[in-house]
Amino acid sequence: MSELFSLLDVTLLNSTLRFVAPILLAALGGMLCQRAGIFNIALEGLMLVGAFGAVVGSHLTGNALGGVATAMLAGALMALVMAVFVVSLKGDAIVVSIAINLLAVGLTAYLLTALFGVKGAFRPTDLQGLNAISVPGLAHLPLLGPLLSGHSILVYLSWVFVFASYFLLYRHVWGLRIRGVGEHSAAAQTLGVNVAAIQYGVLILSGVLCGLAGAQLSLGNVTLFVENMSAGRGWIAVVAVMLGQANPFGVAATSLLFGFTDSLGFRLQGLNLPSQLTEAVPYLATLAGLFLVAMRRRRALGT
Amino acid sequence: MTGPRAWWNLIREPLLSVLGAFVVGALLMAASGHNPISAYMAMIQSSLVGSGLTSTLGRATPIIGLGLAAAIAFRSGFFNLGGEGQFVLGGLAAALVCLHAPLPGSLLIPTSFVAAALVSGLWAWLGADWEFRFGVPLLISTLLMNYPARLLASYLVSKPLRDVASGLPQSHAIPESAYLPGAISGRFHLGLVLVVIAVMAVSWLFLRTVVGYRMRMTGLNARFARYGGIDVGRLGRGVMFASGALAGSIGAIQILGVHFRFIDGALTKPFYAWTGLMVALLARSRPVGVLVGGFFFAAVQTGGFGMERAVEVPRELSQVLQALIILFVAVGAQRPVRDLEEGEAHV
Repeated sequence: MSELFSLLDVTLLNSTLRFVAPILLAALGGMLCQRAGIFNIALEGLMLVGAFGAVVGSHLTGNALGGVATAMLAGALMALVMAVFVVSLKGDAIVVSIAINLLAVGLTAYLLTALFGVKGAFRPTDLQGLNAISVPGLAHLPLLGPLLSGHSILVYLSWVFVFASYFLLYRHVWGLRIRGVGEHSAAAQTLGVNVAAIQYGVLILSGVLCGLAGAQLSLGNVTLFVENMSAGRGWIAVVAVMLGQANPFGVAATSLLFGFTDSLGFRLQGLNLPSQLTEAVPYLATLAGLFLVAMRRRRALGT
Repeated sequence: MTGPRAWWNLIREPLLSVLGAFVVGALLMAASGHNPISAYMAMIQSSLVGSGLTSTLGRATPIIGLGLAAAIAFRSGFFNLGGEGQFVLGGLAAALVCLHAPLPGSLLIPTSFVAAALVSGLWAWLGADWEFRFGVPLLISTLLMNYPARLLASYLVSKPLRDVASGLPQSHAIPESAYLPGAISGRFHLGLVLVVIAVMAVSWLFLRTVVGYRMRMTGLNARFARYGGIDVGRLGRGVMFASGALAGSIGAIQILGVHFRFIDGALTKPFYAWTGLMVALLARSRPVGVLVGGFFFAAVQTGGFGMERAVEVPRELSQVLQALIILFVAVGAQRPVRDLEEGEAHV
């Protein structure tokens, strides 16, 4: 028992929000798409493109924020491709998403070699990562200090976006349109809403958010790019959207839960457990989350 | 629907998709300072002639097999994204049988295949069972199950089953009596023959049997199929078991015909399962299409290596080309799955 408690120490607290941020950012993007009636399971690929863009941008500009900007642009461009195929060309969203995920793996690996002549991983010595920002007044509090302070700008932004997306969805006319398109696109269309424009908008927004998620992975949690480094987190985000019922606060809560299991897995490695077991923790937790989604749905249907 | 016009309708979109992908790929190469024409020439030369062809056929074996496994599920409307985990677990089961089963040599091969098919079939069956029993979406559960499957195999060959003397995360070598016929001589082992037989068998199943008819009807419209008296829950569990069992058997083929031991990452790094899945999408789940498409994607990959050697275009271009093909294929694709929300409707 004492071993279990010793796990819940300061390092775990501090790492939790770092692990939550990529999942949360991607999940918020997935949530917006869901609300506009698009089942976006390309979060994984968009995140990977963002992680790559971040490292390229930081390397070229010598500035981590330049990397963040490039990550947003890269995510948005990939999402634009997805929007062209899903919205304009009416391709099947699931098949397009699978293609985008695989394209992201191939394209980042191709560009890694074509641009920098390396394979597998890219870690230039001068690569600038995101600085940890300590919040004055918070940093020295017990427990809360290590939990809330000393994170990258993107970690704080991810929580700002939770409230921003709530405002957008429920307090702004665009949100009303987004929800209208998702709930009944034909009705929204007859009321003069440009359905295609809304769907393009949410997809590109999800690309930007996934880009930020990727930047947090490659410039926040570590400072390097590794092939396929999103490692399933985009899929965890997909489940977070489902479990959070595409509601900003629900999505935040489920992302917090999945991010916590991610950091717990990371923390468990210190206990001499096999790394494969600890790596499996977040996926098993996500599978369990999927069961919760199903049971709640069933209960809602009254069967 | 056997007239030339029907055939043309079936292959028109895949052909246009391939063409489109190669045009975009050429633009990408030109943008990164390479000559696309010499790159494509190198690709063809290194994949379709002599030893290149041999290595293309070797690569095509698992790709066609895993494409067929995906096609069985897709054609029936079940989006099995768990091919990778099923493939790995099958390989692991086959290796375990060969290393530890107290059997005479002649029984090792058939027992390995049965074990691989059972383990992977049950693993895939779980996804279907959870969907029909609890409404857990199969598309996502099968994908998530890839990670624990891969990590379990990786753990076993890094710790308890590790051949410590080899210094690598891999199991001990299997006895020679378990090698597939032809495996030692070179790349043409029995696996390719088995896979071609499987293609013909699945084709026959789809077109000439009642079960195949039910599968196709369920794939076209699950609600209508249920209305027509098909027990979709039972069919779905069976289909997923078959799809997983086939993927597992392909794992056994790779262990018994190529690697002769379970090497950590050897089945996952070449992306066989995902390539197979793409082939099934390209072929619209038609078995003969999977055969042709699997050979084609294998050639693109082998050609990628040759291209990298000859003109220094990164071999990852092959992956880009494949993904682009699927992106184009998605346009005008009939939705191969039921709506996710339909999980409830199965009860």
